[in-house]
Amino acid sequence: MLNTLVFVGSAYALFLFAIAFAAERAALRGQARWLRSPIVYTLSLSIYCTAWTFYGAVGTAVRSGFEYLTIYLGPSLVLIGWWLILRKLVRIGRSQRITSVADLISSRYGKSNLLAVGVTILAVVGTTPYIALQLQSVTLSFEVFGVGDIATGEEKGHTALWVAAGLALFTVIFGTRNLDANERHNGVVMAIAVEAVVKLAALLAVGVFVVWGLSGGVSGVLDKIDASSLGQWQMDGGRWVGLTVLSATAFLCLPRIFQVLVVENENETHLRTASWAFPLYLGLMSLFVVPIAVTGLEMLPEGSNPDLFVLTVPLSQGRDGLAVLSFLGGFSSATSMVIVAAIALSTMVSNHVVMPLWLRYARGGAKVSGDVRGVVLLARRLSIIGVVMLGYLYYRLSGGGAALASIGLVSFAGLAQILPAMLGGIFWRGASRLGALVGLTLGFGCWGYTLFLPSFGAGVFLPEAWGAAGPFGIGWLRPHALFGIEGIDPLLHAVFWSLALNTGGFVLASLASFPGPLERLQGAQFVNVFEHSAAPRSWTGRVAQAEDLMIMAQRILGARDAQRLFEREARRQGMAETLPAPTPSFLETLERELAGSVGAATAHAMVGQIVGGMSVSVEDLMAVADETAQLMEYSARLEAQSQELARTAAQLREANAKLTRLSVQKDAFLSQISHELRTPMTSIRAFSEILRDTTGLTPEEQRKYSSIIHDEAIRLTRLLDDLLDLSVLENGQVSLNLREGLLSDVLDRAVAAAAADEHAAPLRIIRDPAAERVWLNTDLDRLSQVFINLVSNARKYCDAARPALEIRVHRGDRLVVDFVDNGSGISPEAQDVIFEKFSRVSDQKAGGAGLGLAICRQIVTRLGGEIRYLKGQDGAAFRVALPADIALAVE
Amino acid sequence: MTETGPPRRGKPPVFLERQSYRRRRVTDAARVLPFIGLLLWLIPLLWREEGEAAVRSSSAILYLFGVWFLLVAGAAVLSAKLAAQTCDGTAEAEGRGGEAP
Repeated sequence: MLNTLVFVGSAYALFLFAIAFAAERAALRGQARWLRSPIVYTLSLSIYCTAWTFYGAVGTAVRSGFEYLTIYLGPSLVLIGWWLILRKLVRIGRSQRITSVADLISSRYGKSNLLAVGVTILAVVGTTPYIALQLQSVTLSFEVFGVGDIATGEEKGHTALWVAAGLALFTVIFGTRNLDANERHNGVVMAIAVEAVVKLAALLAVGVFVVWGLSGGVSGVLDKIDASSLGQWQMDGGRWVGLTVLSATAFLCLPRIFQVLVVENENETHLRTASWAFPLYLGLMSLFVVPIAVTGLEMLPEGSNPDLFVLTVPLSQGRDGLAVLSFLGGFSSATSMVIVAAIALSTMVSNHVVMPLWLRYARGGAKVSGDVRGVVLLARRLSIIGVVMLGYLYYRLSGGGAALASIGLVSFAGLAQILPAMLGGIFWRGASRLGALVGLTLGFGCWGYTLFLPSFGAGVFLPEAWGAAGPFGIGWLRPHALFGIEGIDPLLHAVFWSLALNTGGFVLASLASFPGPLERLQGAQFVNVFEHSAAPRSWTGRVAQAEDLMIMAQRILGARDAQRLFEREARRQGMAETLPAPTPSFLETLERELAGSVGAATAHAMVGQIVGGMSVSVEDLMAVADETAQLMEYSARLEAQSQELARTAAQLREANAKLTRLSVQKDAFLSQISHELRTPMTSIRAFSEILRDTTGLTPEEQRKYSSIIHDEAIRLTRLLDDLLDLSVLENGQVSLNLREGLLSDVLDRAVAAAAADEHAAPLRIIRDPAAERVWLNTDLDRLSQVFINLVSNARKYCDAARPALEIRVHRGDRLVVDFVDNGSGISPEAQDVIFEKFSRVSDQKAGGAGLGLAICRQIVTRLGGEIRYLKGQDGAAFRVALPADIALAVE
Repeated sequence: MTETGPPRRGKPPVFLERQSYRRRRVTDAARVLPFIGLLLWLIPLLWREEGEAAVRSSSAILYLFGVWFLLVAGAAVLSAKLAAQTCDGTAEAEGRGGEAP
């Protein structure tokens, strides 16, 4: 019997390998359509029904009546209500390329790797005992077929080890063929779909045999049930409700369920089929549990293990074939669970623990060349082996005893701690990272303290005294009577308090904290997933190098896939034959593709290493967040207004400063002009008094004094003329006397007038007659006034030994006349003020009132040109630039 | 993917035509169904457990599984109706309308 069983088991395992292999081949050939039907999807969900439910349901029915049903009722309700939660979860999973439940939480809360690691640890801690449970059930079922009679504990361990090794091998082969979660695990899904059919068929076969073969049909079995010890409806209401809720919660949170439900989901419409087909599957799985339990109680000797009735009832009737089928059903339940759990956990471990560490400690981070795929795959394979072996170790250490029996619900309760963060994350925009962290920590801690650690038995991890008197004698902290409330069922107690603390912490910390921008954007995307198919967050692509991205993408997606992706993106951007420009939308697509392989947080970090930064623009925020958008609009308007106010204030300040300056200038002008008027007046008065009062002046003296008076009077007149001129010019009252004439004539006149002026040193004047032949249409008298001033300034102030003045004329877009002498020029600090009134460069050569250049400037401005001091010439240089339209074409 | 225009915030119409109205009610039914199921499965808690009038297990089985298969049938019908909507290409708009607070 044993040999047959080993043979059948091995043949079945080989069959599964073949199925998986064929499915992979078919998928490669593009024939995956039938592999991915809604029915296969529904069947793959059946990994919810593990060996614990396959064998244990009957045992639970014997011990606690109908309570076993709660484990199936919860998931049925969740699927029947798929429109409420699952639809959203699957849509988010697909649009965000979520790879695991840890990835979901991490991605929602701002791609926080800390959260991802936390959820991963929770998942590993919660799942390992469950894997041990599967190994135990397989070992137990071997025992039933006679292995147990001859086996020592050592050999039991061997059976479990072989099973564990086989499972690890299968998972490594078919679970890590490809990296991208988008190319799903066709082989694995197909194999577990087949296993789902086998376990359902096995249980139904045993059920049919029990009802029609042993009990004489439906009415017979109903009578038998009523007559048995399970004959009356008895139910602990708390457990009925509590376990239903717990199993519904676990169905959402279990990593392996999430894997098949969300990650492996090919098409959202499959969920619609599963919404009725999976509850049907669960209904059929649980339909014959009570009949089998009652029959087992009736037929088998007192004290036989009710957990194994599914096997022992057919065996006791000599139906070995049925028993083997039943064995295969249990085997299928155990293996499919372990395989998918190992895949789900290894994805988490490699994406959230190994890869971040590798990224941090590998030299150069994401930019190093070399294939990261190898690293990721290796990490994943090692994680698979690690997870399965951890389960085996747990099985060996716990001794495979009865302590394991309750571990299923303990595990459910642990993983249920993810629920608040998950549901809060997809339905509540205000859920924050801190909230999720606080909630998970509190829930996990409370679960560990009140349920997980005590489940090992008193005195193993928690001192025995704690159970009775509380830690350190604090009574209200007793693990099974928190806050002094006693007498609750330990499981319900733990579920209630852990979820209550978890949810409370989550909500309060979320309310009190303020999420970062990335978190808020992700939150908006998750909560409003049906409104936003496009991602609003964006990378700033300016600094990203397309080559670097290409190198990195090749290492993760593989060269061919990466090139295909880049080509597609380049075409979309309208660029053939080159790398696509790193636009935000391209980076987003790339990040999401990478996330399918290594998880959102890692992909984000890798792109971030190359690109440098993430931008969240105001427009993005507005597009996503309605109330945020309103706030932003409002504050943007406020900001605009305040900026306008600031501008106005600045203008006012400027105007005020100008007024102050003008006032100072006016004072200075008045004092200057008094001074300028007073000096000639004083000498006129003095000499006229001499002439009047002094007798006996020689005619020569008289002539001298009166000519001084005359000169001073002329000076005064000139000053007043200038002032008048200036004021007329400044007020813009001057009317220009436009005439046509040659520039050379104007210059001739200016040079002659300046030369006639007084007895100055001879000034050599260098001119270019050809360039000066420009016809002008302007006020020639005013223009020559400017030139006279400039030439006589040069004559007066040029301090060279052999003073020379060069007059250059050239025409560009304006007519420019430069006056450059060879003197020492004007000091830089004086350059700014020479065009101001009463500014004189040097006092010792006080020839004029300092109004000349001020007048020049006014005139040139009136003529539509400008005059300025030219810096960087040999000597003093002035440039008169006149608008081109006053110059007529050269004749 | 790249359009980041101003947020589209058109107010949905208050009254819908008959067809859209029916569609919304189908999704409402899909939302309500699990709660009906939960309610029906909680009813056993009201049953008498002691004495002569105690409910027999056979009745309990018939009731619980009866509810179960009724729910499956209801879910199947709703699923078919929702599938028909998707074929009209209106599921997306429907989803949005349904999500409106």
